[in-house]
Amino acid sequence: MIGAAAIALIVAIALMMIRALSGPTLYDRVLAMNSLGTKIVLFIGVLGFVLGRPDFLDVSVLYALINFVSTIAILKFFRYRSFQVPLMRRTPARRPAEGGEGD
Amino acid sequence: MTGYEGADLAIALINVVLLGLLFVIGIAIARMRSLFAIVMLSGIYSLISATWFVAVDAVDVAFTEAAVGAGISTALLLGAMLLTSRTAKPEKKAMSLVPLLVVIATGAMLVYATIDLPAFGDPESPANTYVGTDYIERTPEDIGVPNLVTAVLASYRGFDTLGETGVVFAAALAVILLLGFGERSLASSVGSRRGREK
Repeated sequence: MIGAAAIALIVAIALMMIRALSGPTLYDRVLAMNSLGTKIVLFIGVLGFVLGRPDFLDVSVLYALINFVSTIAILKFFRYRSFQVPLMRRTPARRPAEGGEGD
Repeated sequence: MTGYEGADLAIALINVVLLGLLFVIGIAIARMRSLFAIVMLSGIYSLISATWFVAVDAVDVAFTEAAVGAGISTALLLGAMLLTSRTAKPEKKAMSLVPLLVVIATGAMLVYATIDLPAFGDPESPANTYVGTDYIERTPEDIGVPNLVTAVLASYRGFDTLGETGVVFAAALAVILLLGFGERSLASSVGSRRGREK
């Protein structure tokens, strides 16, 4: 049963990789990477049970956090072309430049 | 350390599949010209190699790989891409032959070096005979931490780790002081851009 789950996850990872390799737009690739990270998190969880070490679940939770933060960082980069822009808009006078306006 | 019978076969299969995926990604990175796709694929490469490190039971290495490879270095490469163009220049056929030869030679040397290594789990290997056994015997009384790696890093080599932390902190501080960070650098960069437009 766990073996079937692991094989299904491997197939899903392969499909995500195909999308990341051939994705026509940038957002396909970002989405493929994020989704592949989720599959990796699940796969490490399954792997913990295959190896008889359920404490791998802690590792997979940490991977989920890293995956989330890096996806936010990449999307923020595409929105603002910089990492130095705060995500919250505080004052309308200092509103960050729209994505791709000046560049 | 196996959950059920057949786990060894499962681990061998997992190794083959994960390394195969890494191989495909490596070939794709070498052949692509769009830098953004290469950055994304290198993040995926790090994630999958981190999974492989977990599968071969090197959890601490795997976590470092995931945090540095998939997290920080993706962000750094995107920031570097901001300063250059979005696609790599096409290269000549002859130019791509030299790196191929270098890689093949390095790989052959690494394979040759692994022949000398002791077998996996060999009780007579140097790693399992001299000081390693000493640490395993003494850690429960000396430190009282179940994880030996943690005991060595944080207690036996505590000053070394403290020094490393100091070095990394100083480096990060210097980078932040040079590049600026947060609101101030935003204000200056937006201000200078607006000044140029006027």
